[in-house]
Amino acid sequence: MTSAIPVRSTPHAGPAPLMRRILLQGRYETLTMIRNGEQLILAVIMPLLALVGLTVTPLLDGLGANRVDIATPGVLALCAMSTAFTGQGIATGFDRRYGVLRFLSTTPLGRTGLIAGKIIAVLAVLVLQVLVIGAVAALLGWHPRPEGWLPGLGLLVLGAAAFTALGLLVAGTVRPEATLAITNLLWILLGALGGIVVPAERLPELAQNVVHFLPSGALGQSLRDAFLHGNVSLPYVLVLLLWTIVPGAAAVRWFKWN
Amino acid sequence: MRSPESPVLTIDGLIKDVGPLASLDGKMLRVVSDLSMFAEHGQITALLGANGAGKTTTLECAQGLQKRTGGRIGLLGEDPDAAGANLRSRVGVMLQDGGLPPSARPIPLLRHIAGMYQNPLPLDGLVERLGIDTFSRTGVRRLSGGQKQRLSLAAALIGNPEVLFLDEPSAGLDPQSRQIVFELIAELRDAGMGIILTTHLMDDAQRLADYVYIIDAGRNVAEGTVADLLSHGHEAMDGVTERTLFFDAPAGLDIAAAIGDELTITESRAGSYAIAGTLTPQHLAKLTAWWAEKGIMPASLRLEARSLEDVFLDISGRDIR
Repeated sequence: MTSAIPVRSTPHAGPAPLMRRILLQGRYETLTMIRNGEQLILAVIMPLLALVGLTVTPLLDGLGANRVDIATPGVLALCAMSTAFTGQGIATGFDRRYGVLRFLSTTPLGRTGLIAGKIIAVLAVLVLQVLVIGAVAALLGWHPRPEGWLPGLGLLVLGAAAFTALGLLVAGTVRPEATLAITNLLWILLGALGGIVVPAERLPELAQNVVHFLPSGALGQSLRDAFLHGNVSLPYVLVLLLWTIVPGAAAVRWFKWN
Repeated sequence: MRSPESPVLTIDGLIKDVGPLASLDGKMLRVVSDLSMFAEHGQITALLGANGAGKTTTLECAQGLQKRTGGRIGLLGEDPDAAGANLRSRVGVMLQDGGLPPSARPIPLLRHIAGMYQNPLPLDGLVERLGIDTFSRTGVRRLSGGQKQRLSLAAALIGNPEVLFLDEPSAGLDPQSRQIVFELIAELRDAGMGIILTTHLMDDAQRLADYVYIIDAGRNVAEGTVADLLSHGHEAMDGVTERTLFFDAPAGLDIAAAIGDELTITESRAGSYAIAGTLTPQHLAKLTAWWAEKGIMPASLRLEARSLEDVFLDISGRDIR
């Protein structure tokens, strides 16, 4: 332990290129997410249970299509909420507690790169979720409308953006224990009653009127529209856009880095 | 104030308010007021002060982690609040709380951070030098305080910065880690790096720093080299400065009988003596002659000049805040 550190005497070479920094951070965050057991349960196991549960029970009968065709789009929406809101929110909350956000923002990565890396990680995990859920749903007999895929994937990305903004807003403003409680509780509430896996018409009357304005209801209903009927309803797109812009702006304004 | 030849950091009249705080009826609290300092290439500059003096806040304003309320800061000639990736790549930061993800393992984490730089230091040399190879398979959350500090230092150095900020670098270090870390810091200074560190330990400042700013309640109250500060208020008293002689010997000795009573003689514990004041060679000769006559051989013997701690306490007061 006496070897000299070869400190360079030549002029400083500077940071790695921006894209490389962001992609590196995206890869790092993706690997961290999929190596975390609790995150995997939330991101893959729970949505799979929901898919199988809705397919083997008569809960979705009488809605004009077979169970798996109604269930799968909602489960994909649930995946976006798991990863972008609960998973990413909790991870960011604890990174903030441990000073990881502050340390990384002093490296060439910076705050912008850090956020970009998180978005890449959310999208990467979402791709894996779509592959797993899509494959299992296909085995259960899922037949999505082919023309539904393009709007469906677009809506999924938009929904992930809204839930990422909400997750960052919570993670950046309250203690990590509170983030853990809030994001888990909302995952359960919105998952059960938010119009995400269970269509609005099967919810209590009170919830029916509200869910269309929630990010969960807008994403779940619009994905069912896309994959069942191949159409996109603009009101839902607007709702999701609002849920992206308002919490996003609030997070930019109120996010505390330490 | 000295004028820097090659400044890495200049802070001029820094002001930082935090709040509003409920404990102050919704008023702002001024944690740094009118603080000015320089740091140069090839020097270790220490901010010395008690906990809560404003050292970390000053450092974080200099790093761009906190926005200042007033004053000017130049980090390598640039405003840290407007820092881009280029400036950040030239500055290494070791935070007080580490800032390492608990689930990470040391080597992949360092490799990841190294990827943010165009031309990072070779990982192997740094890992070996800081002894990280001995715990490279352990997750961050299971590392000891000293291991975490060494890993944080490696993370701050991997980009081969020109400026290195160290917030309480010796916190949690065991003696071996401390030796490794201090040797490395001194070596980096000799290689031309500008190093700025905070500490509340006089010993750290005395061992490491080329230049010290003493910070108290958000202001710099004294500055100078360690030698300057040690001579503070001690202009030649006929060439003799105050010293203290400590020794351990049998309990209950009548020291005043041997050397007279012009010095302060205390026996803090049975057999543990301190003789303080303007000690002269004659005092020592009398004392040792008396020991020889009585057949006393002290178990330990130590002579100390004024310490930096005395200076610090003189300047910032002896009240516990």
